[in-house]
Amino acid sequence: MNLHEYQGKQLFAEYGLPVSQGIACDTPDEAVAAAEKIGGNSWVVKAQVHAGGRGKAGGVKLVKNTDDIRAFAEQWLGKQLVTFQTDEHGQPVSRILVESLTDIDQELYLGAVVDRGTRRIVFMASTEGGVEIETVAEETPEKILRAEIDPLVGAQPYQGRDLAFQLGLEGKQIGQFAKIFMGLAKLFEDYDLALLEINPLVITPEGDLHCLDAKIGVDGNALYRQKKLQEMRDPSQEDAREAEAAAWELNYVALEGNIGCMVNGAGLAMGTMDIIKLNGGRPANFLDVGGGATKERVSEAFKIILSDDAVQAVLVNIFGGIVRCDMIAEGIIGAVKEVGVKVPVVVRLEGNNAELGSKVLAESGLNIIAASSLADAAEQVVKAAGGK
Amino acid sequence: MVGGVSPGKGGTEHLGLPVFNTVREAVEKTGAQATVIYVPAPFCKDAIIEAADAGLELIVCITEGIPTIDMLYAKEYVDRKGVRMIGPNCPGVITPGESKIGIMPGHIHKPGKVGIVSRSGTLTYEAVKQTTDFGYGQSTCVGIGGDPIPGSSFIDILQLLQDDPQTEAIVMIGEIGGTAEEEAAAFIKANVTKPVVSYIAGVTAPPGKRMGHAGAIISGGKGTADEKFAALNDAGVKTVRSLAEIGKALKEVTGW
Repeated sequence: MNLHEYQGKQLFAEYGLPVSQGIACDTPDEAVAAAEKIGGNSWVVKAQVHAGGRGKAGGVKLVKNTDDIRAFAEQWLGKQLVTFQTDEHGQPVSRILVESLTDIDQELYLGAVVDRGTRRIVFMASTEGGVEIETVAEETPEKILRAEIDPLVGAQPYQGRDLAFQLGLEGKQIGQFAKIFMGLAKLFEDYDLALLEINPLVITPEGDLHCLDAKIGVDGNALYRQKKLQEMRDPSQEDAREAEAAAWELNYVALEGNIGCMVNGAGLAMGTMDIIKLNGGRPANFLDVGGGATKERVSEAFKIILSDDAVQAVLVNIFGGIVRCDMIAEGIIGAVKEVGVKVPVVVRLEGNNAELGSKVLAESGLNIIAASSLADAAEQVVKAAGGK
Repeated sequence: MVGGVSPGKGGTEHLGLPVFNTVREAVEKTGAQATVIYVPAPFCKDAIIEAADAGLELIVCITEGIPTIDMLYAKEYVDRKGVRMIGPNCPGVITPGESKIGIMPGHIHKPGKVGIVSRSGTLTYEAVKQTTDFGYGQSTCVGIGGDPIPGSSFIDILQLLQDDPQTEAIVMIGEIGGTAEEEAAAFIKANVTKPVVSYIAGVTAPPGKRMGHAGAIISGGKGTADEKFAALNDAGVKTVRSLAEIGKALKEVTGW
């Protein structure tokens, strides 16, 4: 799950990090009132969406009067913002952030991720702020400084000072940077983050460090213990079918093809998509019903797959470990009876109670194509969907 | 299997075996050397550390959905204790005909000569079925799990399979996300003399999307199936693009 910039900055402020005074607004009137409350004669207005590249797409603007604020709010609220990180439809803008203007002398980068290779939270800092960090990593990897956090000891202030000196900071900036570093390290663990980025972290003309942006990704596995972050969730930024699937504890990812897939196990679900493509077909989705699948969940999964109008055939591929194939069969029958299925359904059952599952399907009287193996299933479903 | 642990149910019996309040007590009374953890994700960090402190040598954790930061602590702790952990988010370990610690369907296995290591449970079952159907059977199958911070890596298990006299060939099944397969490829090139067949799931996975497993995500353009296939091919591993062809590829590389 991702947070909006304004939510990230609320968390930063809670941990004593320097952020601009800002107010998130739902209407043009609120935006104008926010600017008046903040005061001054220059502000930055920023469309709040879960995607980068907002500036280049016109979603961030420097404004000098309240008429321009109103115009910006009217232009974006209720509209879709398309950036190079979104799909062609863009992301809906339901809030804009009005902030006091911060002057910039220099732009830095500071971020943290859970690094799988070292099995540590790793901080990355660079003098190359304001640009895509992936580009910096690709072209000038030597410009990315790293600090690894030992999980059993935690972040130490010296690590922050070390990064600060390597970045070429001086004087009061060393202490400021170390404080930001320690605050972020605590924030990362307290809120179970997966990713955190301040790009840019700027130096103002007065020589002070200031967090100009906030990008935060949360570990979905830990959301159950993060009540505050649960409330920050913005479903409007998520794919509707993916959100519906998540509510049923199903893992669903929409793709562009025409063959719906229902599989148990994430690896097998990917493998099934891959083998469909190898046979000249195009998968419409990734769907893992999971090890704890119930009849009801299988039924919901089927409905979600069929809610995609592009789907012209469905492949059910189950290799039962803890999942019982006969239970899956009953779920399929329930869904077919309830919603009515007009497209061909190819089913391959293997493993736990596979024979019983096949028998249940055969006796249901429904038009279901039984496949004898995975290769056979892939071939049959591509044929059923109208070939290549 | 010699007993179970469920705090508050000590002194009762389950499946005809004694239940204990603590892992320490269970180890003292039964002499157990290995444990399998099924407790819900919020309690797994505690359960793993309790098992390591009780002196168990092998911890297999089946549970899916453990917070990543909990695993950073737990993995570091078991490493410092010198305890081997398999999983989490995995089907477990089986040596067909001898012992099973996990949730895989036992009847598809057959004692034999192929060692299997995989990040995915159901893909392991596919490989098992094919090696059984071809008549080769399995020496030992290890599911290392689909999480970003696994207790054992491909390399840990490849070393064990290389040293295992029963294992004559190895099947390694990876998937998108991270660089564990690339590291395994470098290890195979330098250290593994047995033939290796490999399949990587997720050629069709879009970037930036988590494909079910917490660890299966292409981020910042890294962790694609194509990169992994390339690294494995470079290491002399026989790779297959279709997971239905694992058995056939084994036949080719071994001459069986």
